[in-house]
Amino acid sequence: MIRRLILVAAFLADLTVVAYAVEPSERLADPALEARARALSQELRCLVCQNQSIDESNADLAHDLRVLLRKRLLAGDTDRQVLDYVVARYGQFVLLDPPFEPATYLLWLTPPVLALGTGVLLLIRARRRRPDRLLPPLTEEERARAAPLLGERG
Amino acid sequence: MLVEIGHFALVLALLVALVQGTLPLVGASVRNRPLMDMAQSAALLQFGLVVLAFATFMHAHIVSDFSVRNVFENSNTAKPMLYKVTGVWGSHEGSMMLWVLMLTLFGALVATFGRPLPAGLRARTLAIQGLLGFGTLAFIIGTSNPFDRLIPAPLEGRDLNPLLQDPGLAFHPPFLYFGYVGFSITYSFAIAALIERRIGAAWARWVRPWALTAWCGLTVGIAMGSWWAYYVLGWGGWWYWDPVENASFMPWLLGTALLHSAAVVEKRESLQRWTVLLAILTFGMSLIGTFLVRSGVLTSVHAFAVDPTRGVFILVLIGLVIGGGLVLYALRAPGLEAGNPFAPVSREGALVFNNLLLCAGMATVFLGTFYPLFAEVWSGTKLSVGPQYFNATFVPILAPGIVAMVMGPVLAWRRGNLVAALRRLLPAAIGAFAVPAIVYISERGARLPALAGIALASWAMLGVLTDLVDRSGLARQRPSIAWRRLRHLPHGVWGYAIAHFGVGVLIAGIVVSTAWRSERIETMHPRDTIQIAGRTLRFVGVTEGDVANYHAQRAQIIVERHGSAPMTMYPERRWYPVAQSQTTNTAIATNGFGDLYLALGEPDGKGGWVLRSYYNPLVPWIWFGAILTALGGLVSLSERRLRARVARAGAAVAPARPADAG
Repeated sequence: MIRRLILVAAFLADLTVVAYAVEPSERLADPALEARARALSQELRCLVCQNQSIDESNADLAHDLRVLLRKRLLAGDTDRQVLDYVVARYGQFVLLDPPFEPATYLLWLTPPVLALGTGVLLLIRARRRRPDRLLPPLTEEERARAAPLLGERG
Repeated sequence: MLVEIGHFALVLALLVALVQGTLPLVGASVRNRPLMDMAQSAALLQFGLVVLAFATFMHAHIVSDFSVRNVFENSNTAKPMLYKVTGVWGSHEGSMMLWVLMLTLFGALVATFGRPLPAGLRARTLAIQGLLGFGTLAFIIGTSNPFDRLIPAPLEGRDLNPLLQDPGLAFHPPFLYFGYVGFSITYSFAIAALIERRIGAAWARWVRPWALTAWCGLTVGIAMGSWWAYYVLGWGGWWYWDPVENASFMPWLLGTALLHSAAVVEKRESLQRWTVLLAILTFGMSLIGTFLVRSGVLTSVHAFAVDPTRGVFILVLIGLVIGGGLVLYALRAPGLEAGNPFAPVSREGALVFNNLLLCAGMATVFLGTFYPLFAEVWSGTKLSVGPQYFNATFVPILAPGIVAMVMGPVLAWRRGNLVAALRRLLPAAIGAFAVPAIVYISERGARLPALAGIALASWAMLGVLTDLVDRSGLARQRPSIAWRRLRHLPHGVWGYAIAHFGVGVLIAGIVVSTAWRSERIETMHPRDTIQIAGRTLRFVGVTEGDVANYHAQRAQIIVERHGSAPMTMYPERRWYPVAQSQTTNTAIATNGFGDLYLALGEPDGKGGWVLRSYYNPLVPWIWFGAILTALGGLVSLSERRLRARVARAGAAVAPARPADAG
């Protein structure tokens, strides 16, 4: 198994990850800017599709949004500014990664509370059912009293 | 005429279901044996009637009887025969028919193989199954009748959604529904046990195999769905955290918890109440999964308003099944006998830990899936919850579970020794550090999450292997003896080993394909070449032609790689004129360690075509892993059946049990 994994790792080593735009015609000349555009387009929802990001979608609207965000990037916007710009036009709904704000407190806080709750539940259980309570060992005194009885029987 | 016979059989099945759901319950409480035994014949009869209805419905599809509205809306004379048959469950009405077919099939299986069960438990279980059948049949007949006629009959049908005309998706629903509906049996058993106020040995022996059977079906169903998404959607993704996927994933998570806790009930007579609760919730999630997807409420609240009859019926049905089950649980569970105690560090302890994590993970998926709906209903805010949310919450919750998954099987029942367990797993622990280290050395760009994922995958796979070597006693004995011991390990052990190893393989596939995928999207002209992942792709050209019910555009691409023979790949685009829609048929070349994945895009009108090419390393392992996991379930099941047969032989000799305890 290890040998196989080493083979795979070695095999992976000659791969290089290069990101390209979804449509060749949309691609920006600057690779750094293009990489940011790709990352941003994975966070934006295609509004006419079912649950796809504009990075995955071939809908016309997704294409328009991809072009739009590249224009904003070329104009010198930060990632934050691009997202704000798109949200201002299309609403909160376009953000696939919901921001942490009053409307999403419940969404973001529940999982950590659940994880913590699981831990606490297990701790309480562990305290209540300690192995020694499962089968309490004999005290010195008890052992001393038991010895002759056991001796008599044996 | 045949269609009317089918319709009539369906109505008759509804009446039989009503009888099955009531009289045996009465019989069990007044201890009237003939009334109780009626459940078996009713279950078989109900199954027979539903088979008849389903067969006539399928016949209408095969002969393209467009006087049936459902056939008109989902079929076409030019559609290939395979998809005429599988198109039966491609529509809402048809999928409901498949659902009820599976439901009655499971009822008939319990009626046939349930003879060794105590009469009271059997009657009550079948009665609950009958009530579930009654609810579903009433829904079908009342709101989604597959036998609706169209008069006059149109000459040609509208064709099935082309995305569904695919072998992967053709067989995905039967497996998925087999899984969903299989959990109806554990639900019925759980409710029957609550009515009886008793969880006996027979209950424990029966629940686990059924949970396993359903779980295997669901695992295969989900894997097929994900594989379909991978090769059809044309950009190489395989899981989208889409509400439809989550709907099948939630019962899978709970079902996984259920089959493990059922094992504890069976082997250690502990965790009975928890298992009953899981059985109720798992089937509840299956119902939510099927029906809410079907009602369209997940994609839009407005879809619900368009057809409120279906939606309201579904909500009432789900409310009765889950709510009723939970109320009964709240009333009766405290009266059930407490299980045998166990220490926190023990095999039971590890199973409880994983059960809780699976439930927490399920709750997270549930919250993320339904949050947009809640938010819109409560405050009118429209928001989206995308993959980023699920990756950030679900993955960290489940990761400790993978660590515990390896340790559970090497811990003793009742009270285990953590240090001893870790010592036994030392080789796996070393591997879990060494493998990511090797990957990091050869691949400096590797990010921490990817390395952590590789560590988990190595830990899972090596943990199983270490445990198997340990059980064979290879360190102390000659290899031939160790090999014999290994071969004679119980199927249950082999089942666990294969399934847990499969989880490791699955994680490796997920992590590596996500972190090291390469992609090139270029406009290609004939004779153009591009490089991807050490391969040269040469674009030959595109040919067009009409095939069956679609028009095809087929690109020819020659793939050359240093040191191996060139191969030709044909990615394709298809246009379905009747359904007015376009599909992508990707070309995938796999060597088991990675896929070269080609999808043909739009022409640019100047002789060029967009070609999307991806190299997805280890992506096939995702499905290998899932299939191994399901196979592990089947292997455990094979032993169970053997033992059930022995138990049946034993029951024939043993004196009859009292029919009921109260």
